[in-house]
Parts: sequence; structure tokens; C-alpha cells
Amino acid sequence: MREQTGTAHEMIRFENVSKSYPGSQGGLHEVSFHLEPGEMAFLTGHSGAGKSTLLKLVGLLERPNRGQIRVNGHNLARIGRRQLPLFRRQVGMIFQDHRLLADRTVFDNVALPLVVAGVGQAEIRRRVQAALDKVGLLKKAKALPVTLSGGEQQRVGIARAVVSRPPVVLADEPTGNLDPELSLEIMELFRQFNQVGVTLLIATHDLGLVERLPTRTLTLREGRLVGDRRP
Amino acid sequence: MNRRRRAARLQGGLQPRAWLMRHLQVFFSSLGRLWQRPLGNFMSVLVIAIAMALPAGLHLVVDNLERLSDDWEGAASATLFLQQALDDAKVEALLQRLRREPQVGELKHLTPGQALAEFRRYSGMADAISLLEENPLPHVVLIRPADPGIPAERFRALVERLREYPEVERAVADLQWVERFQGMVHLLQRGTTILAALLSLAVLLVIGNTIRLEIQNRRQEIEIVKLVGGSHAFIRRPFLYEGFWYGLLGATLALLLLSLSLFLLHGPVSRLARLYGSGFTLESPGPAVVLAMLLAGSLLGILGAWIAVRQQLQEIEPT
Repeated sequence: MREQTGTAHEMIRFENVSKSYPGSQGGLHEVSFHLEPGEMAFLTGHSGAGKSTLLKLVGLLERPNRGQIRVNGHNLARIGRRQLPLFRRQVGMIFQDHRLLADRTVFDNVALPLVVAGVGQAEIRRRVQAALDKVGLLKKAKALPVTLSGGEQQRVGIARAVVSRPPVVLADEPTGNLDPELSLEIMELFRQFNQVGVTLLIATHDLGLVERLPTRTLTLREGRLVGDRRP
Repeated sequence: MNRRRRAARLQGGLQPRAWLMRHLQVFFSSLGRLWQRPLGNFMSVLVIAIAMALPAGLHLVVDNLERLSDDWEGAASATLFLQQALDDAKVEALLQRLRREPQVGELKHLTPGQALAEFRRYSGMADAISLLEENPLPHVVLIRPADPGIPAERFRALVERLREYPEVERAVADLQWVERFQGMVHLLQRGTTILAALLSLAVLLVIGNTIRLEIQNRRQEIEIVKLVGGSHAFIRRPFLYEGFWYGLLGATLALLLLSLSLFLLHGPVSRLARLYGSGFTLESPGPAVVLAMLLAGSLLGILGAWIAVRQQLQEIEPT
């Protein structure tokens, strides 16, 4: 699958990518950028500017109308239905609404990416505990998500996104419902993952947070990339 | 670098052991899931069981009837009613000639007196008979074929030939009602097959629909599993096993219902058989039938689930 081209050392690359939804906003127009492996970037813009759309294109929840997207060496246009699950295992995704399984424990939720990948029981236990330890929820492993606070649920979502050690992690408004203090905690977690080599793309409209952190920031406005600020 | 290399190839597949482990896990967890909604699921299983018990029960009845008619086939016989005004010498001569017929086996002669006595005994009309001034009955000769396994057609031809004897007024082959009975059994057999086909379809639909609802209920879960990279096979598997359990439990319950019915019928059937002077008893389903039903149930379950899954899973995608 992998092609040894000049772009091989880029983790995410968009080339003139357009995506439009019939009769509604939130599309993208001719977006081009790239992220190096181990890079961390914020994606900002008003709601409807296309942040979620961009992340969905990276995670192959949507496909573009035009342009080429490469993620971790894969040309996404060439990934068919059969390979899609395997590709998704390489991309950890975090959502504002957490998307946890309400009837499973925190442990089982975090274990899910490993279970679907066929990892052995002992290895699952080890890795899930490590991930939960990392986000500070080891003691809540047996709890159900509904019994946790919003910030804790978000951390469960983060643990799930990183437990299989994907090279790319995407986060869509991960701090959307959290107070500033919790938001900073979450960002600190992301920074730590970034330090061990994970490529992170974080969509947020929390400009205050973005200002405080010296991180590359891509800005979308009405579907166009209008800013690429590097610290 | 290791991470890079792992990332570069998009290949799935599991070690055989891991594969087996996962199947075992789903095998039991899908059963566990059925227990989570015991009442609703029990009703589904009951519907499946009834749909399976009906044709199986009918099959059993037909099977038993067939056995009954096999018993009677060996008992093919013919009754020759002789002319009214025959004297004893002519009767004796006829009997001699009949005994020489190679195809005629056992032969029993009833004089009008004996016939009347027998009629009196069995008809329950003794009082009415005693009012008769003279015996209206002719000499009667009962004949059994020399070969008890003689085909119905040949036996009928023999009886036709005996009818040609001038002394014989009427010849009645007692095959007719055996044949009619067999005809009815064959009709019932065909009916059972049609019923089984229709009810199999019903089982398929019930299971398919149950699984379809289950998929709808777990739509969000399926989306999340797809989001973290669950393959179609991974998502499909628990539903297929669930269908399997529905089918297997349905078939098991159907067998229990069948045994219960047989138990309830046993008394009346043997009482009826005794009244007919027969040792006939209802035979329970043999191991072959039990196995066939369990197998059919499981396969219908898997197939029903597979159809439902095939329709539904494609369209559930995370957004």
C-alpha cells in the first residue's frame, strides 16, 4: 500500500481537498496542508467552518468530493470497504460527546479497540491499565460511564483513542463542555502523548486555550484554510 | 520504526488460537445477552418452538400411521361370498379347488351358521338378529395370500380371478381400505413437507426480525465499534451466534413440547389401540429426528441472522 514518495514522511497531507454537503454549510474548499509525524496542531474556526468535516475526512468517516488525502502513507481514495476497519485502527478519534458504550464498564470501553484488533487478554489488561493510569482513572475501571463526570468521561474517550497506540489521534472539541481548568488538564494529556511521538490534530473553538499554548494552529473560515500559525 | 511498519500495511487476520478464543467468547457472551431480556427473548424462542413443533409433530404422527399401515399390509385378505343356494358338496368342491390355487395361502371357511354367530357376537345387534326367521347369510370363505408381502396389484388380480368362479357371488379384497389409508398417509406426508417448508420460512423471518430489532437497538454500539476499527466479521459474529442460539433453543423447546404432547397422548392412544386389539403405541422421535431438528433450528437461526445482518450492517456507519 505504501508508496515511497516524497510525501512518505508526512503523517497527514491534504491536497486541494474539497467536500460539500448538499444545501448546507460545513464543507471544505480547496484545503491543502500537511502534518509531520509527531506534530501537534490545533484546528480552529467558528462552528460550521468545516473543522469537524476535516477531521471526518482524516478518519474516513467521510470521503472528499475532490482532492487527495494521505494519512500515514495511505492514499485514502484507495482504501476500500474491507480495509477501512484496518485503517481506522491507525487513527484514534476523540469526540465532544465521548461516544462511550453506556452499558460497558470504563475498562471494557477502553479495551474495545484492542478487542476488535484481536489482542490477547493479558496484553489487553496491561495496556488498558496503562492507558487508564495515564488519564488518572485507574480506580474507576469498573465504573459505568454514566456514573462519571463529563471530564472523566472525556478522559475515558481519550484513553480509548490512545490505548492501541495509533500514530494519529484526532480530537473534535475535546474540551467543549469542560471548564478551563479541566480543559488545561486535557491539553496537558495531549501534550504528553505528543511527546511520545503521536501526531495530534485537535479541533477547538476555545481560542483562549489556543492562545495560551504554543502550538501550531490551522484556522478555517467558511471551509477555507485561512491561517497556519506556527509558534 | 516498528510503528511505521505496522502502520504501512493494512492486513487483518488472527492467529488460529486467538480466532478460536474469540469465537468461544462470543459463543457464550451472545447466550448471556439473551438472558438479559429473558421475557421478550423467551417469547421469541417459544414462537420458534411452536413453529418447529407443528411440522415435527405432524411428521411423527404420519410416521406412526405409516408404521400402523405396514402392520396391516401383511394382513391383506379377501372375502369370498358364495352363492346363496349352494349345497355342502359344491362348497366342499370349491374349497378343494381354492386350496390348489398356488397363490392362495391360509383359507378359512365360515358356514352361514358360523357367520351368523360371529355377526351376532361382534355387531352388537344380537336382539335384532334373533328376530330373523331364517339365516340370510351365505357361505363365506376368507383367503389370505400365500405370500404375505404380495404387492397390492397382484393380490387384486388374484381376487379378480377368484370372482370368476361360478360359485362366487361377490369377492371383496380387504386391500382397498389399506390402500386408502396409505393414500391418506401419503397426502399427510406431502402436507407435512409443505407445512415444514412454510414454517421454516416463518422461523427464518422470526429470527431475522428479532435480530433486525437487536441490530437497531444496538445501532450506536455498532457505530462505535466501527469507529475504533471493528471489522464487519467482528460486528456480524455476535448476531450470528445470537441467531444460532435462538434456533437451537427454539428447537430444544420444540422437542420438549413434542415430548409433552406425546406424554399426554400416550394414555388415550394405548387405550384406543387396546380397543382395536392392537399393541400399537406412539413412538417418540428417534435420535435422528432429534438431531435433525436441532441442526435445522441452528441453521435456520444462523441463516435468519445472516440475512438480517447483511441488510442492516452496511448502512450503519459512524458519522
